[in-house]
Amino acid sequence: MATSSPNTELPQAMIETATAVSDWVIVLPVLLSLMGAAGLLMFRRSNGAPVMGAVLVLIAVIACDISLLLQVMANGPLSMTMGRWLPPFGISLTADVFGASFALAAAVVTLIVVLYAETDRAGADGRDSFHSLVLLLLAGVSGSFLTGDLFNLYVWFEVMLIASFGLIVQGNRPAQLDGAVKYGFLNFLATTLFLLSLGLLYGLLGTLNMADIMRVAPMANPGAMVGVAALLMLAFGMKAAAFPVNAWLPASYHTPPVAISALFAGLLTKVGAYAMLRALVAILPASRDLLEPVLAVLAIGTLLLAPLGAIAETNVRRAIGFLVIGGIGAVMAGIAMPTLTGIAGSGLYIFHAILTMTALYLVAGLVEKRTGATDSRQMGGLYAASTPLSILFLVAILATAGVPPFLGFWPKLLLIEAGLDRALSAGPATWVGVALTIALVVNAVLTLIAGTRLWAHIFWRSGPEGDGSEHERRDLVAFDARGRFGLGVASVLVAGIVAIGLWPAPLMDNIRAGSSDIINPARYVSATGLAGETP
Amino acid sequence: MDFVLATLVGLFIAAGVYLLLSRSIIRMLIGMTIFGNGVNLLIFTAGRVTREIAPIVPPDLEVPQGAIANPLPQALILTAIVIGFSMFAFLLVLAFRAYQSLDADNTDNMRLAEPEARPQPPLSY
Repeated sequence: MATSSPNTELPQAMIETATAVSDWVIVLPVLLSLMGAAGLLMFRRSNGAPVMGAVLVLIAVIACDISLLLQVMANGPLSMTMGRWLPPFGISLTADVFGASFALAAAVVTLIVVLYAETDRAGADGRDSFHSLVLLLLAGVSGSFLTGDLFNLYVWFEVMLIASFGLIVQGNRPAQLDGAVKYGFLNFLATTLFLLSLGLLYGLLGTLNMADIMRVAPMANPGAMVGVAALLMLAFGMKAAAFPVNAWLPASYHTPPVAISALFAGLLTKVGAYAMLRALVAILPASRDLLEPVLAVLAIGTLLLAPLGAIAETNVRRAIGFLVIGGIGAVMAGIAMPTLTGIAGSGLYIFHAILTMTALYLVAGLVEKRTGATDSRQMGGLYAASTPLSILFLVAILATAGVPPFLGFWPKLLLIEAGLDRALSAGPATWVGVALTIALVVNAVLTLIAGTRLWAHIFWRSGPEGDGSEHERRDLVAFDARGRFGLGVASVLVAGIVAIGLWPAPLMDNIRAGSSDIINPARYVSATGLAGETP
Repeated sequence: MDFVLATLVGLFIAAGVYLLLSRSIIRMLIGMTIFGNGVNLLIFTAGRVTREIAPIVPPDLEVPQGAIANPLPQALILTAIVIGFSMFAFLLVLAFRAYQSLDADNTDNMRLAEPEARPQPPLSY
């Protein structure tokens, strides 16, 4: 039976005062994207209006995300409940530092991709509803980052999924249909498994509000809870393309146009990783402790096998797809070591991956445009022809591998610090720390090998394999004004990665604060108005 | 009653998983639907099946009198059915388009995105 007793007094269950205006900022990112998506559909016959509208909406969303993040940084987690019903009855949107900063990163990346897409799109009209679908995708992603209710999370997952279905088949090439079939089936299966675990969770606890689950989960049967947590881990692992269930990502991410690949790589798997972090560490910590060996093994498998896949790949975008999977392994490594440092490492890695993976795909798209090929064996000789492009690619690769001056270094450092702490502590499972530290270092080396080899093939050697000529390549496509604009947009994103990497202190402080909220969710629970009443 | 429904959920999910293991896309789609319906039935059962009255508040009261059926699982399932149906519709159209342009409804023959005879990675650094 649900925890709600039929005799609940009305004043206890209902909100009678109006919500403060400043609290609305938590709903606005989702609301603006949804309304923007609907609004843009009306203008899709006119040239230029959809992209202008999308950019305006995205700037507004970014402004809301920034003010939300500032508010959360100043006052702790923020919560707003819909429909006058207090939690656990009403649906809450709850933001802490992690959710708000990821939502901000997602909106920034979406703006960059929308600008970049203009260089790719033939007629530049909105007849294919590209911009509406992008805004819908952002609505789903922001909603997933900001929600405080597991069933609501399921709904946002589906919003995200249906928008990404629409995006992945844009262009209608046969390879895209092939990729979309695999992407569609496996992601739909993952959300159905998530729904299955939600049904079991509701049967066990009678509530689906995240803060409420934190309160009542310790009283449920631990064996049953571990089963539910394992199902959640499988569902979110499928979404995030973690090691044994990752096959759909390299099969589908390289098929749509580059801008869409970049958007997917930046946003979709990160939402799965974030949901796993929140579900296993914040909501069901007791079950996570029992699942820890499994998590560690999956993290190590993802960390090691993904870059090996990238080394064995000649298609540039497919190789990058494997690098995206490798990042999920790093996030899972942090989930397997839920210390303050470990969770901070995971959170910062998600933030870094949202920016870096998008940048990597955008640069790969520019490379494909210049060489007219998708296979790295047919490339070569770009270094002399386009030095800025080669620098951008190298910086993005080094940031992915975690080489010091760039953003990717700091989360890896935090994760390795957490692993060493764990290895040196006298706990029962120090092997987890040792193995994860080694796997993280090996992952960095393998990623570096895969990435720099791609770089060497694309940029350094003079021509395609077997072509011994030392002459400059004449068949490279020169950038027109739109191509140069795309290059500029990609460099802005890469410059951001470098700048944050050089000056990480404010970000690190915030991520540490967010990480302590994940591990000790007292502030999170009190933000939803459930503190004080222990059942 | 709960036992009957729980058994049915098990049967639905088993049949769904069996069909999902097939190579034919249409069978996989039917499997997906059966699986999804099993999950919906599971949520319904998890909300406890009782012989209570409908959760309607009488006009002159603020809370319903006596015991009522739990309305939340019904709301959850309604959402899940709508979403699941839209996904099914999309995947059905996608399968048809894939059949038209790839001439295959067998996943073993759908290798455009991942060619079967993949080139070896270059040996040079």
